[in-house]
Amino acid sequence: MHSDARPPLGLTLAAIGGLLFLHLPIVLIFLYAFTTEDRSYQFPPPDLTTKWFGVAWNRADIWPPLYLSLRVAAISSGLALVLGTLCAAAMARARFFGRDTVSLLVVLPIALPGIITGMSLRSAFAIADIPFSTWTIVLGHATFCIVIVYNNAVARFRRLGSSMLEASADLGANSFQTFRHVILPNLGSALLAGGMLAFALSFDEVIVTTFTAGQQSTLPIWMLNELVRPRQRPVTNVVAIVVFMATFLPILAAYYLTRGGEETAGGGK
Amino acid sequence: MDSAHPARGPGDRLTGLFWSRPKLLTALLIAPPILWLGVVYVGSLAALLLQSFYSIDEFSGVVVPEFTLKTYAELLVPSNYDVILRTVAMAAAVTLASVALAFPVAFFAARYAKGRWKAVFYLGIMLPLWSSYLVKVYAWKLILAKEGIITWAAEGIGAGNLLNAVLAIPVIGGNSLSTSYIGTFLVFVYVWLPYMILPMQASLERVPTSMLEASADLGAGGWRTFRSVILPLALPGVVAGSIFTFSLTLGDYIIPQIVGSSRFFIGQAVYSLQGTAGNIPLAAAFAVVPIVIMLVYLTVARKMGAFDAL
Repeated sequence: MHSDARPPLGLTLAAIGGLLFLHLPIVLIFLYAFTTEDRSYQFPPPDLTTKWFGVAWNRADIWPPLYLSLRVAAISSGLALVLGTLCAAAMARARFFGRDTVSLLVVLPIALPGIITGMSLRSAFAIADIPFSTWTIVLGHATFCIVIVYNNAVARFRRLGSSMLEASADLGANSFQTFRHVILPNLGSALLAGGMLAFALSFDEVIVTTFTAGQQSTLPIWMLNELVRPRQRPVTNVVAIVVFMATFLPILAAYYLTRGGEETAGGGK
Repeated sequence: MDSAHPARGPGDRLTGLFWSRPKLLTALLIAPPILWLGVVYVGSLAALLLQSFYSIDEFSGVVVPEFTLKTYAELLVPSNYDVILRTVAMAAAVTLASVALAFPVAFFAARYAKGRWKAVFYLGIMLPLWSSYLVKVYAWKLILAKEGIITWAAEGIGAGNLLNAVLAIPVIGGNSLSTSYIGTFLVFVYVWLPYMILPMQASLERVPTSMLEASADLGAGGWRTFRSVILPLALPGVVAGSIFTFSLTLGDYIIPQIVGSSRFFIGQAVYSLQGTAGNIPLAAAFAVVPIVIMLVYLTVARKMGAFDAL
């Protein structure tokens, strides 16, 4: 493209400014986790300390939400892996009637605002008289995680093409052997990336969860309560760092797993 | 399978079946995800619609499961109607601001970023998009607080009075940035900006360089080329991005709850109605509003060819 053209200075500055705007606020969270001031959001922090990490570790009310979040994210991303891969496999195999409807149906839970998914599930639970439990949270999370796995898997299927599967069949492998020895190894990193992104999305989700959790508390709900009624602000900052890392690391890993392909992770959110 | 390859087990027999009837395998693969999405998601959406046509008994507070349009009529009560107007106005403002902020980033990433810088821009947009929503909102609570970094910076450069003057503007101002509409607006723009940059960048990458050169050869300056060539060709990406920023703003209730004045947005109305108020029918009717607005929006966007850029 523009191999010889240099960008105008104003454009360069605006572009870099835009990137900084996206990143600086997150850096601030890290700074605030070390502040000695625990009653306000005073800037600059009067002094720095590492004691809040120990305080957070010893807070008994943080662990149950953390476990619940981990459990929900694990089950939801597991379900999404199975359902998303099946869907991608079917879409890669054939053009069939209702194909466009299926792709719309997969995207819809994440394309519509979370409040609609949440309120819909809440209405359904009210009509069917279903009590809130871990599983009501999982129902919502798995539903919007399917698209993440699907997007990663469908791109890889497209790249895989049909010739390898035909070769496998010609060499006498049955469908299951082909799946085990040809499809799965080729799909592996795309599924791992999709699974991790789904895990990150579920671990961090708050809007749908507030409608499907009832009295239960996931880690983001715990954080939300602290934001509305703050107790020890620096402890919330420490938890914020934990939540941030729990989403940041899987995203980075997913990027490196799928780098170079057309399906580079994250394009579908 | 033919006679040259006798079937050795159930796996082979099934393979033979799939081979002779390929649609069977496709159907078996698609059935579980379709069942899940059909029952859990479409079923829930149907439940939402159903609830919105129910009403609540004003005396007992019990949901009356009979078809009525009474609940929808309640949306037109001034206090509820204001909530809808306020939310749509905010969504429009957020969308316009996102377009303006996203353009330089998307344009630079699409036209000038190469090699290592391409990766920097890709990750630089993707990481904020994916990183924890709640943490991002929280970061802005810290930034906009009365004792926070913006007040500190404004006073540091001697602009403290300017900040106070801005906060003194009626309606959009407030006690501090974190309790004003300006604050809510800033956080919305921040959180949804990457959703605007990505489709914009995708459509800008498809603008052929030859067209820009042709425009320059024909004597157009930078501004003229931008207005007459780049902008029309990038429009589908802008519309695609605006679908995200508009829809996400319409349905959000966390951001205005944490940063903003106490006046409700649609999302907050839905959340408080279904919770403490126990008025699920009215909550459901409120939740249908963004769906209807988005359906209209999507129909217009489809006519403008926005979906080619997704």
